[in-house]
Amino acid sequence: MKVKDLVDQLSLDVRSFKDGLGNDITGAYVSDLLSDVMGNSKKGNVWLTLQTHLNIVAVASMKDLSAIIIVGGRQAQEETIKKAEQEKVTILTTALPSFEASGRIYQLLK
Amino acid sequence: MALNITENIDGIFQLIGGNFSTAGEASTQLKHKLAEIGVDEEIIRRATIATFEAEMNVIIYAAAGWLHYYITPGSIKIRIEDMGPGIENIELAMQEGYSTAPEWVREMGWGAGMGLPNMKKNSDTFTVDSVVGEGTTVEMVINFP
Ligand SMILES: Nc1ncnc2c1ncn2[C@@H]1O[C@H](COP(=O)(O)OP(=O)(O)OP(=O)(O)O)[C@@H](O)[C@H]1O
Ligand SMILES: [Mg+2]
Repeated sequence: MKVKDLVDQLSLDVRSFKDGLGNDITGAYVSDLLSDVMGNSKKGNVWLTLQTHLNIVAVASMKDLSAIIIVGGRQAQEETIKKAEQEKVTILTTALPSFEASGRIYQLLK
Repeated sequence: MALNITENIDGIFQLIGGNFSTAGEASTQLKHKLAEIGVDEEIIRRATIATFEAEMNVIIYAAAGWLHYYITPGSIKIRIEDMGPGIENIELAMQEGYSTAPEWVREMGWGAGMGLPNMKKNSDTFTVDSVVGEGTTVEMVINFP
């Protein structure tokens, strides 16, 4: 499954780096603790989080994640979007809360 | 795996405490450097995790610091030294979940108390030296397969 498929299925908003929609998804990881994501996410995972500040871009880039999904209707800060464009990190947003977004993605990926 | 280096490579980055907006730049550059010379992907993954956690701790807790790396045909050594408050009880700081990060840092998602354990987990040799009121030095070696 590609990032684009998730975007279509869950009607996600694409906030940065559209070219990343072609990335393959290897799974998903849900966490709001950045060191937890550093330690436990896997390459190609989509990452669901409430965090919106720009350090999420460094985490996603360093772990080669396929996309960040900011849940709960939160909006990424402007500097986060700018950094994400620079670092080629795809940021998606959804109004769905973490639990619902995770459940739907789990159904699609399992 | 043939490493694309004929002599040892080293480099240094300066880190500034509180500078969250450039956090990760040193680790990212090191990651690119390792990829450029053909280091194994799993080694790059481990080095990147360990380096970024150390870089973040300097940014969160210290006034300033330096990140040095030394790449030889057999290993990469990363040394991060800072001028900062130091760590009073290293054994305690090493425990997963222990953190003194202030509330505003926790709101950013740091402060899970996982950074030092992540560094240790991802390196083959790991040492922390610290003098309270002076600073902290973390040294990590990751051997190439
Ligand atoms: N360079 C440093 N200077 C001063 N204190 C430090 C330094 N590095 C770590 N510490 C102390 O050790 C504690 C544990 O560090 P560790 O990196 O494991 O977790 P954290 O930074 O609190 O949270 P996380 O890394 O999960 O975001 C810190 O909260 C801090 O008290
Ligand atoms: Mg830390």
